[in-house]
Amino acid sequence: MSSETGKILTTDGIPLEESLKQAEKKNKIKALLLVAPLLLFLIITYMIPIGDMFSRSIDDKMVTNMLPKTYKAMENWDGKELPPEEVFEAFYLDYKILVKNKTAGKLQTQLNYEKNGFKSVLKKLARKQKKFEEGNYKEQIMKVHKRWRNVEYWRAIKRRAPSYTYSKYLKGIDMYSNEDGKIVQVSEDRRIHRILWIRTVEVAFFVTLFCFLMAYPIAHLLATLPMKYSNLLMICVLLPFWTSLLVRTASWMILLQQQGIVNDFFVWTGLVADDNRPEMMYNKTGTYVAMTQILLPFMVLPLYSVMKTISPSLMRAGKSLGATPAVAFFKVYFPLTIPGIGAGCLLVFILAIGYYITPALVGGASGTLISNQIAYHMKSTLDWSFASAMGLMLLTGVLAIYWIYNKLVGVDNIKLG
Amino acid sequence: MSKKADFVKFDKVDKSYDGKVLVVKDLNLDIEEGEFVTMLGPSGSGKTTCLMMLAGFETPTNGEIFLDNNPISNIPPHKRGIGMVFQNYALFPHMTVFENLAFPLKVRKMSQEDIEKKVDKALSMVSLGGFANRMPGQLSGGQQQRVAVARALVFDPAVVLMDEPLGALDKNLRESMQYEIKHIHESIGVTVVYVTHDQGEALTMSNRIAVFNDGKVQQLSSPDKLYEEPVNSFVAEFIGENNTFGGEVSEISNGTCKVKLEKGEIIANPISVKSVGEKTTVSIRPERALINPKDKMDNNQKGKIEEVIYHGDHTRVRLNLLGNSEFILKVPNSSQNLDIKLGNEINIGWNSHDARALDPK
Repeated sequence: MSSETGKILTTDGIPLEESLKQAEKKNKIKALLLVAPLLLFLIITYMIPIGDMFSRSIDDKMVTNMLPKTYKAMENWDGKELPPEEVFEAFYLDYKILVKNKTAGKLQTQLNYEKNGFKSVLKKLARKQKKFEEGNYKEQIMKVHKRWRNVEYWRAIKRRAPSYTYSKYLKGIDMYSNEDGKIVQVSEDRRIHRILWIRTVEVAFFVTLFCFLMAYPIAHLLATLPMKYSNLLMICVLLPFWTSLLVRTASWMILLQQQGIVNDFFVWTGLVADDNRPEMMYNKTGTYVAMTQILLPFMVLPLYSVMKTISPSLMRAGKSLGATPAVAFFKVYFPLTIPGIGAGCLLVFILAIGYYITPALVGGASGTLISNQIAYHMKSTLDWSFASAMGLMLLTGVLAIYWIYNKLVGVDNIKLG
Repeated sequence: MSKKADFVKFDKVDKSYDGKVLVVKDLNLDIEEGEFVTMLGPSGSGKTTCLMMLAGFETPTNGEIFLDNNPISNIPPHKRGIGMVFQNYALFPHMTVFENLAFPLKVRKMSQEDIEKKVDKALSMVSLGGFANRMPGQLSGGQQQRVAVARALVFDPAVVLMDEPLGALDKNLRESMQYEIKHIHESIGVTVVYVTHDQGEALTMSNRIAVFNDGKVQQLSSPDKLYEEPVNSFVAEFIGENNTFGGEVSEISNGTCKVKLEKGEIIANPISVKSVGEKTTVSIRPERALINPKDKMDNNQKGKIEEVIYHGDHTRVRLNLLGNSEFILKVPNSSQNLDIKLGNEINIGWNSHDARALDPK
C-alpha cells in the first residue's frame, strides 16, 4: 500500500510515527503539567537558594564597586613599587564619594580584612581629605599617614580588584592567600575550622556507628516478631519521630545535666560520688547521646524494610546445612541486610553531618559542629558569604560521600523501603 | 550392610504450640534406612510440624525422636546432619549456585579441592552442569528447585527432608521433577522424608505414605495398599476418587457383611465394623464398579445416568444409584459398548470385596 514512501500509514493515511507522536504528545504534556508544581517548587526552594548561596560565597564585588576609578587606574600598575599619581588621584576621588555617602565604613572593614591596620589609616584619611588641595594627591595622601608610603597597603587594595574570590573557601579550611598571592595556612592559634570539620565528621561517624549498633537488633526484632507485638514496638520506635526535636533535645538536657536524673541515679547506686558527678552535658558526650537517640529511627526504618523481605527459611536453610547460628547469621542473614545498612548509614551520616539544633543546645564548646559555626556567621558576624562558602563545602562533602558510597557499594543497592 | 528398620523413629511424639491444642498427637512412626516416606495430608494436619521437629526447628512437647537410635530432641539443627529442601527453595540469593552448594561443605571445613569435586558431582546429578556461576535469581523455578535438591544432598546427609518442594512449579514441570527426585533417591539410596498435600505426587514417588489428619497418622503403607485398601473413610476419601454409601450393618458373617442403606442394601467387606447395628460408610472405587458386568458379581444395582463428561482416555459418568446421586464411574474409552446416554438406566455390578465397610463419616 505505502510502498512509495516505505512508511506505514494509519487507516487515515497519516504516517504511523507522526500519529504516535501526536497521541503521545498529549500524555507527555499532561504528565509534565502534573509534575509542574513540584518541579517549580523544587526550582524555587532548592535550586535557586543553592545558586544564590554559591554566587554569594564567591561574590567580591563590594570593594570593586566602591573603588571603580582606583581599579581602572591600577590596571597598568605592576605592584612592585608605589603606584603613580593617577592611582592616588583616583583613590582620593573614589574615597571622597564614599565618605560623602557615609559608606566609607564598609570599605574600611573590608580592607582591614585584607591588611591589618588599614582601618585606622583610612579613618584618618577620611578626616584629613576635606582639606586636600587640588593636584599632587600622592604627596598629600602620603603625608596623612606614613603607611601610605608602604606598598603593601596598595597591594592589599589591588588584591580586591577581581569581583570573584575563593578566599572564603580558603578561610573555611584555615588557609588564606598572603600578600604574595601564595596560599598558606593561618597561624596555628587561629586554626578553628579544621578542628570543627574533623569533629563534625567524627561525631557523624560515631553517631552512625552507635545508631547502627542499636538499630540492628531492634529492626531484627521488629521484622521477626508477630504482628501484634511488632506494631507496638514500631510505635515505640516512631514515637520520638512525632515529638518535636526541640522537646526531645530539651528532655535530654534535663536527663543528662549534672543535677539531672541520670547523674542522680549514678549517685544513688553509688557508681559516682556526689561531689564528683560526671559532665554529660555541654560536651561531646551530650551530643553523641542526644543525636543517636534522635537519628535512631532513620536507621531502624530502612533496616526493618530490608529485613522484612528476608525469608526466615534462609536462616533455617543455613542451619540445616550445618552452619552454627552465628555462621548462618554472618554468612546468610547479614549480607542480605547490607542494602538496608547502606541506606540507613548514609541517611544517618548525612543528617548528622549537617546537624544543628542538638549540638547547639547540648554540645557546649567541645560539642559544636560546623553547622553551628555556619549559623554563628549567619547570625552574629553577618559574614554571609563565608557562611555560604562553608555551607557549600558541607554540601560538596555530602555529595562526595554519596559518590564514594556509590563507587563502593552502589546506590542501586540502597533500599529505603 | 543391613538396613535399619527404625532409622528414623518418632516415639509417642506430641506437639502443641499454644498449650491448648495438640497439633501432633501421639505420633509413632518408623522410617527405614534408604526409604522414601511421604507425609501426606490436608493443610493443618501436622505433617509439616513433624518435619520441622525432625529437622530441629521445633521441639516435641512430649516424646522423643530417634535418628539411628540416638535421641535428637536436644541436638540443635546444625548438628543433626539432615538435609532439607524448603518449600520456597531458600537458596541464598547473594551467592552463586556454586557458593550455595559449597556452603554446607565450607562450614564442614572441607578442602577447596573436595568442595569443587563434590559440587560438580551434585550439579551434574541434577543436570545443571554449566550453571555453577549463575545467581539463583537468574534461574527458572525448576532449576532453582534442582539446585535446592542438590544443595540438600551435597554433604551426604543421612536423611533428606523435603517440605512441599514442588508446590510452586507448574504442572508439567512438577511431574518431571517428581520422576527426577525419585530417580535421584533410587540412585543414591538416601532416606527421604517428603511432605506434600498432593496425593498424586505421594503415590508416584514414595515407598510408603503416611496419611496425616488431625495430628495423627491415619494409615502408613505402600501407595498401592493405601489406594486399594484404605483402613478408614478419611484415607479412602483423601486418596483417589471414592463412592460412598452411609448405612448400618444388618448382618455380618465370615468376611462379608450386609449394609442396610436408606434405599436398598449392599454386600460389603467388613474392614472396621465388628457387629450388627454399627453405623458404617461403604467405600467403592469408581473403577471397581462395572457397567453391565459379564461375570457374576454379588452386588448388582440399577442406576440412572445423570451426567456424562468426556475426559479423552476415559469417560466419567455420574449416576444416581441407591439414593446416591454422586456415584461416579470411570468408563475406559476403548469399551465398545454401551448405551451411555443421559437418562438411561444401566446395570452396575461390583464385588463385595471391593466395597469396604469403614468407619462412619
